[in-house]
Amino acid sequence: MKFSLSWLREHLETTATVEEICARLNTIGLEVEGVEDRGAVLAPFRTARILSAEQHPNADRLRVCQVDAGEGFERVQVVCGAPNARTGLSVIFAPPGTWIPGSDITIKAGKIRGETSGGMLCSLRELGLGQETGGIAELPDGTVVGQSYALFADMDDPVIEIAITPNRGDALAIRGIARDLAAAGMGELRPWQAETVEGTFASALTWADTFPEACPWVLGRTIRGVRNGPSPEWLQRRLESVGLRPISALVDITNYFAFDLGRPLHVFDVAKVGGNVLTVCRGAGETLRTLDGGEHVMTVDDCVIADANGVQSLAGIMGGEATGVSETTTDVFVECALFEPVHIALSGRRHNLHSDARQRFERGVDQALPPAALEAATRMIIDLCGGEASEVVSAGAPPAWQRDARLRFERIATLGGLTVAPDVAVTSLERLGFEVRSRDAQQVVVGVPSWRNDIATPIVLDQARDLPPEQAERAAQGVRAVDAEVDLIEEVLRLQGMDAIPAVSLPPLSAVPVAALTSAQARVAATRRQLAARGLLETVGFSFVSYEQASAFGETPESLRLLNPIAVDLDQMRPTPLVNLLNAVHHNAARGYPDLGLFEIGAGFGAGGQRQIVAGIRSGHSPRMPAHPATPVDLWAAKADILEALRVAGASMEGLSITADAPSHYHPGRSGTVRQGPRLVLGYFGQVHPALLAERGIDLPVVGFEAFIEDVPEPKRRRRAPPNLSPFQPLHRDFAFIVARDVPAEQLLRAVRGAERNLISAVSLFDVYEGDKIPEGHKSLGIEITIQPVERNMTDADIEAVCARVIAAAKKTCNADLRG
Amino acid sequence: MSDDLETLKQDTLSALAAASDLRAWDEVRVATMGKSGRLTGLLKGLGRMSPEERRLRGGALNRLRDELSRVIAERGQELEAQALNARLAAERVDVTLPAAPQPEGTLHPITRTIEEMSAIFGAMGFKVAEGPDIETDWHNFAALNTPAHHPARTDQDTFYLPREEGQEAERVLRTQTSGVQIRTMLSHEPPIRIIAPGRTYRADHDATHSPMFHQCEGLVIDRGITLGHLKGCLSDFLRAFFAQPDLPVRFRASYFPFTEPSMEVDIGWSRKTGQIGAGSDWLEVLGSGMVHPRVLANCGLDPREWQGFAFGMGVERLTMLRHGIPDLRSFYDSDVRWLRHYGTSPLSPALLHEGL
Repeated sequence: MKFSLSWLREHLETTATVEEICARLNTIGLEVEGVEDRGAVLAPFRTARILSAEQHPNADRLRVCQVDAGEGFERVQVVCGAPNARTGLSVIFAPPGTWIPGSDITIKAGKIRGETSGGMLCSLRELGLGQETGGIAELPDGTVVGQSYALFADMDDPVIEIAITPNRGDALAIRGIARDLAAAGMGELRPWQAETVEGTFASALTWADTFPEACPWVLGRTIRGVRNGPSPEWLQRRLESVGLRPISALVDITNYFAFDLGRPLHVFDVAKVGGNVLTVCRGAGETLRTLDGGEHVMTVDDCVIADANGVQSLAGIMGGEATGVSETTTDVFVECALFEPVHIALSGRRHNLHSDARQRFERGVDQALPPAALEAATRMIIDLCGGEASEVVSAGAPPAWQRDARLRFERIATLGGLTVAPDVAVTSLERLGFEVRSRDAQQVVVGVPSWRNDIATPIVLDQARDLPPEQAERAAQGVRAVDAEVDLIEEVLRLQGMDAIPAVSLPPLSAVPVAALTSAQARVAATRRQLAARGLLETVGFSFVSYEQASAFGETPESLRLLNPIAVDLDQMRPTPLVNLLNAVHHNAARGYPDLGLFEIGAGFGAGGQRQIVAGIRSGHSPRMPAHPATPVDLWAAKADILEALRVAGASMEGLSITADAPSHYHPGRSGTVRQGPRLVLGYFGQVHPALLAERGIDLPVVGFEAFIEDVPEPKRRRRAPPNLSPFQPLHRDFAFIVARDVPAEQLLRAVRGAERNLISAVSLFDVYEGDKIPEGHKSLGIEITIQPVERNMTDADIEAVCARVIAAAKKTCNADLRG
Repeated sequence: MSDDLETLKQDTLSALAAASDLRAWDEVRVATMGKSGRLTGLLKGLGRMSPEERRLRGGALNRLRDELSRVIAERGQELEAQALNARLAAERVDVTLPAAPQPEGTLHPITRTIEEMSAIFGAMGFKVAEGPDIETDWHNFAALNTPAHHPARTDQDTFYLPREEGQEAERVLRTQTSGVQIRTMLSHEPPIRIIAPGRTYRADHDATHSPMFHQCEGLVIDRGITLGHLKGCLSDFLRAFFAQPDLPVRFRASYFPFTEPSMEVDIGWSRKTGQIGAGSDWLEVLGSGMVHPRVLANCGLDPREWQGFAFGMGVERLTMLRHGIPDLRSFYDSDVRWLRHYGTSPLSPALLHEGL
């Protein structure tokens, strides 16, 4: 919402400066988005006259002018290059030190080709006001010299633009803004009363209203014998100052009232209306060509205005082209109606039509104003266009907008945190237009003004379905008791300024704060730090990706496809962050950074819902080093990553097992599933499927993993037994077992570990060998065991016994034979 | 000293001098002092002598033994030192060769900011609450006093998902994390102090808007909580977050459907330099207000008994301000150069006692 200071002053008697007004607007909730003060920039420019203009002695295209620019600059020599600089011309003069907005330079006094020049004669372009015209600006003959140019050109009127929150329809009127400022102590609201114009004949058109839910009340009247030309300059300038294009007097008058009183009006050319009844009704599939040239098909939910020929206006949003006024209009019908905000909002959204009328109706207009506004508009039409007014016709009835609200004075402090004297609170409300109905020491009851559709509104609740009925009812009663009061508290506080409220730190709940994170959240944080400590860079990717990419990584149900994606490649909720990570590898490689490690902790979406996934990826090669050639990333790095992630998340590493059945976006022979027990899957790791890489044009080795750390069982919070720090030397023994090639090494290690739980403290694999001297279809696994004596040093016989149990367990579980 | 002893001494000394490595030295030592060494032989011969002879010769032999032991040991040490020096010289490497690189990982700046917010609000007794990204229309809008036709909804370009089979609830990608507040009020008895950081979505994509971004909302519900507490809590947070105890903070009346009274919060900055806390301009950083009585009642709380405040802020926005990051889109670009530049070390988590 834009308005000029001079327009504001039509309604507000004030001596406040623009800065003071802007500061107060910000305080009271009418946020200033910008101030355009062309006058401030143009302040140094002065009107002047060229006393004489002579050819420059040293330059063909320059002239040496003697200029009279008024007091202090009665005779200044200026060197000027404009072809139209001539004796007697009235011009715009910029003294030295002036910043020229059109060319972003500051004028200095000096010599040009040997002749002194004490300023500059300017074109409008140089003032930032117009196009290049091939010379300096020519002011009318006889212009008084030495005036401020801004004043001369009526450009000393700052324009303020404010943001209007959806609740404040009343502030979409300059009078509404003035009222707020006056209530906040910025001056006095000037009285306003419409002058009644008696109708002298019956209106050519009358109203019928068959859609009262959308249009409770509609007024109108005919004004005949008008001449619709351009509106007078003051009106054009007003409209231009708020960003509107003057069209014709009749249209400009409706726009004027939309801004001045927040009261949209519409004018029909009576000659173009079919029949003599305008009907407010539901749409029925008709096509309406609106004033902006667009075509719209009306629906039964749209409120329209129709004549004998069909729909002529999308009510409250935009009129139709067919019945619009033009220069030939002689009889005009003025519409002044109340439309129900929700209908307007939905219609406007349905047709994607934006207008000043819609903006006001959907926030709610002054419900008592239509008769007075119609009179004021009639008066202005007759004043500017001539003509004669009919009687007022109407349909429907004024709505019952009157309602009361109560304020208990102590609640301003107990909710708002500011102690405000009851007199101050009541005065604030009165200045906003509230009427005191009753008052005592504790409270005041006020009537809400007709323009404040945001105060004491009907209470609409949408309570949670599963609340116990008594609890829901008690809460609803509570709302009825306090809802309007909170509205009034807000009014009182915003006029005081929120800065007046003393800030109070929250009282501590406990001397030492308890943990802010749940243990599950803390586990995520630790996992994140561990992955970064392992050299991976954390990323954040969009939760939606392209359907095609997503489908390569898992299920992509229709229910997770956006109905209104912002781009075709952002339409499917991702099954896993690995989709984004693979894209990131692609992008970074394309930028010349193929060797990298990334991870993301974020949501993946599937038919089962949303789950948190810790995903990581590594690509490319290790750096080349002396004696260490570059090696491609391999799945063991991904395996180490996922196991470290799970370990830090609290998984019991002994309980984990790996199976070779990862999802299809991994290499089927080089990937694994990490499990705890037979059913619980904690993640996947492996090489990314080569076909997927080829599809993306990624010519690099890439490995990745996905871990589900929310599913890691919460570690038990038992106190741990002290460790057994045996004084006896541990012993190490190596074995080489021959097993069938398809026996997983993990199975053998597990069997060996279990052969003598009390004494074998560690088992590790140090060699895998296939080939010479190993039977076909078999492999040799080299295993080292650590025997930790507990109670005494072990004899050879003791050690032999342990080894025998190891060999027996390997044979039993894996059919393993000791290599000869 | 008799001649034979003198000869032994001279022979040994010259043999020691000739010994150029420890092996040769050891041969000399054994030939002199070993079991069948020359000196050992002479010492053994003492037993066969008369007591008088033994006394004379024994003294001389003992002195010789002491002297030879000393010179042999000295020569040994000398040769050892030489050998060590030779080895050290041979083992010399170019120490400017690179060590094996340890790639350095980082945490994303969004993570860092959320951790800092958690630490600061945690110190004020807040807990961190989370909720789903896909919300029902009720959790995201209706419960928050924002019915379908509300003009505020036209300001938020919401992403919609198809209805699930057999469900009547409309599903949206949450435009704010307020749904977490609703769930918390429904599942926890007051007093409540939570922050809800997380991903949020709006159908907007340009230099200053991303279709996905992060918000951190907060909720305090108790008896006797006023706008004064809201101001204190948010001023305390902003001053801790920007590490400026005197950061100018301004509160302006505003409007949100889910709070009343509502306020926007500005901090002082310089438009010219972008410096926070300097200059005479104001920068909006937060929206806030007292929880609307209708929102409380929608969650079953009686507004005559409970009241409190709520606030919401953009995580990326605060991160950009704090660290002077110019482009919002770069947050989601996963450019390794950017991640290394703006990412933080995993080894310095946001801990109040270490300093944020």
